Amino acid sequence: MSEEYRSMWKDLGLDLEAHDALLAALGQGYKDVFMTQENRPKGMEYFDFVVSQVHGLRVKELLDEKAAGRKVIGSFCVFVPEEIVRAADATLVGLCTGADFATEEVEKYLPRNTCALIKSAFGFKLGKVCPYIESADMIVGENTCDGKKKSYETLGKLVPNLYVMDLPQVKTAGGRELLRTEYLRFKTAVEDLTGVKIDAARLKKGIEIVNNKRKAIHRLAKLRKADPAAISGLDALLINQVFFYDDPVRFTNSVNRICDELEARIAKSEGVFPKGAPRVLLSGCPMAVPNWKLPWIIETSGAVIVGEESCVGERGTRNLTEPKGETVDDLMDAIVERHFKVDCAIFTPNPDRIAHVKEMAGDYKADGVIHYSLQFCQPYIMESIPVEKELESARIPTLRIETDYGSEDAGQLKTRIQAFIEMIGSK
Amino acid sequence: MKGWVIGIDVGSLTTDAVIMDEDKRVLSFSIVDTGYNSTDAAREAMTVAAGRAGLELEDVSRLVATGYGRAAVPEANKRVTEIACHAAGAVYLFPDTEMVIDIGGQDSKVIKVGKDGRVQDFVMNDKCAAGTGRFLEVMSAKLKIPLDGMGDISISARGEAAISSVCTVFAESEVVSLVARNCPKEEIVKGIHRSVVNRVWAMTRQLRVSGGVTMTGGVAKNRGVVALMEERVGRRINVPDEPQIVGALGAALFALREK
Repeated sequence: MSEEYRSMWKDLGLDLEAHDALLAALGQGYKDVFMTQENRPKGMEYFDFVVSQVHGLRVKELLDEKAAGRKVIGSFCVFVPEEIVRAADATLVGLCTGADFATEEVEKYLPRNTCALIKSAFGFKLGKVCPYIESADMIVGENTCDGKKKSYETLGKLVPNLYVMDLPQVKTAGGRELLRTEYLRFKTAVEDLTGVKIDAARLKKGIEIVNNKRKAIHRLAKLRKADPAAISGLDALLINQVFFYDDPVRFTNSVNRICDELEARIAKSEGVFPKGAPRVLLSGCPMAVPNWKLPWIIETSGAVIVGEESCVGERGTRNLTEPKGETVDDLMDAIVERHFKVDCAIFTPNPDRIAHVKEMAGDYKADGVIHYSLQFCQPYIMESIPVEKELESARIPTLRIETDYGSEDAGQLKTRIQAFIEMIGSK
Repeated sequence: MKGWVIGIDVGSLTTDAVIMDEDKRVLSFSIVDTGYNSTDAAREAMTVAAGRAGLELEDVSRLVATGYGRAAVPEANKRVTEIACHAAGAVYLFPDTEMVIDIGGQDSKVIKVGKDGRVQDFVMNDKCAAGTGRFLEVMSAKLKIPLDGMGDISISARGEAAISSVCTVFAESEVVSLVARNCPKEEIVKGIHRSVVNRVWAMTRQLRVSGGVTMTGGVAKNRGVVALMEERVGRRINVPDEPQIVGALGAALFALREK
């Protein structure tokens, strides 16, 4: 596929040689991790195709949209409301943050002990290998953790179009007000960028499109309660990752299609793991493409992942925006309300998240929880201890893992995870 | 003879095999260097152990592999983590065991274990040589004291050097400056042992166990480390005659359990 897109990548200013190397590694990783799974649902073919075209056809589609006068907005966080972007006929895409790239170059700009996700975002920019960041008309940074917040000061000098959104850190009336002010400011910025005046009808349409996408993911999540599991955790994670890249309407249809297939499988008690296989809930930091290390180790050790309490997963998708009200103000309030519920670890205190992890463990009948923190991700590492304490007092075995995108700890992780699975499997 | 099994533990430094009969009696064992080829090392360990028991390797009824290189033993009927194997092996040797401290060549683990030998909880160090046999190896090379002589040297120490860093690289520089200041060898070694013990002690505290403690893994042979660990946990610690083969022993028990 590479050949037909080379001129497109060149025009975007990508470093073709480095980009070839990246695609080769991604392709090989995908083959090893995903294509070796047995009895995958047929509906996964669509998502395999999307990943195979993630830097190809999908980027071409975005460039075609741009040529037709529409805009592309890149983001790093689920707090950037897609409803508003859609209302202006623009497209929101998640930017690349899931692999180490150009690390030496990155460490000229960021301290070494910065989390892998932030370093990765810089690596893709500095290494000139992310077609999304290069196609974006606007890049939205957001003041979540200190690492991201401060790194945007530096990123702002590397890209011409960074927009920084402030975010509350407390769930008080004042916090809600800040979010509202910032979402209104963002709406104006999107209007200025696109030249589209966002009215109530447009907002309603935007809410509907994004809600449908979330509803499809809710349906998929529910089907993961089945034993035997009809879909692997890796494949379900992949769908949650594609959520951030694909055309929303096409994505929604594809998720619903695979859900039909899964329902048929469940009716026949057909699964990708044997009935009674140990069930694991993943909780913690987001996993962006191609960060599949931990789920791959878990599922090749005989356990099935039944849910992700993560921004790339249920934390990011679980609530709908209530489409109530007829005015722009009402609808903006609904969008604020919806996003204000996201229980990201940047909030203090953040009891909702712990309650949600516990609730998910029960709902998905997890035998244990694996808490994943990226090294140097202070908010989630800090929360991992109270999460573990709370779960263990509820007699839910918990394993805390701290790792990064490198593979040098894979052997140790395998031992810890396999021992954890042996432990929860023998109970 | 029929129904005998092998447990094999392919570790980062040594590969150990234990042969056991149906009545859970150990018939023989072997310890060989892992070297650069885990599969060959496993085969050698098994051949040596079988030879010692006067058995033919092909008559084995079941084989369970554990350890870092457990995937590199193609003959294995099953693979179990060393965490589960050390737990099972320690309880077999010392039925009062409630906590296993396994300090191995490249990682250390503290395991809370039930009376049935099953793992209830565990902690393992990550991505760091502190509190592992590797830390001792680096220091032994630096001080030019053989690894198996370190225990006796530290027991004879009158004082103790303070080594404040848990990082192997920084601790090594501390040792260099202690040597430069003519600090007695014994005191440096004792300080090194204290550093390992403190690190592992912090791990044991996460599990809160009041019962018997058993130490396994190569470092359990170091009397100096064991003595300091006993001081820290405030009670006597069970140390097997052959602490290195506890993983393989556990693997053999797993082989019998699922015959």
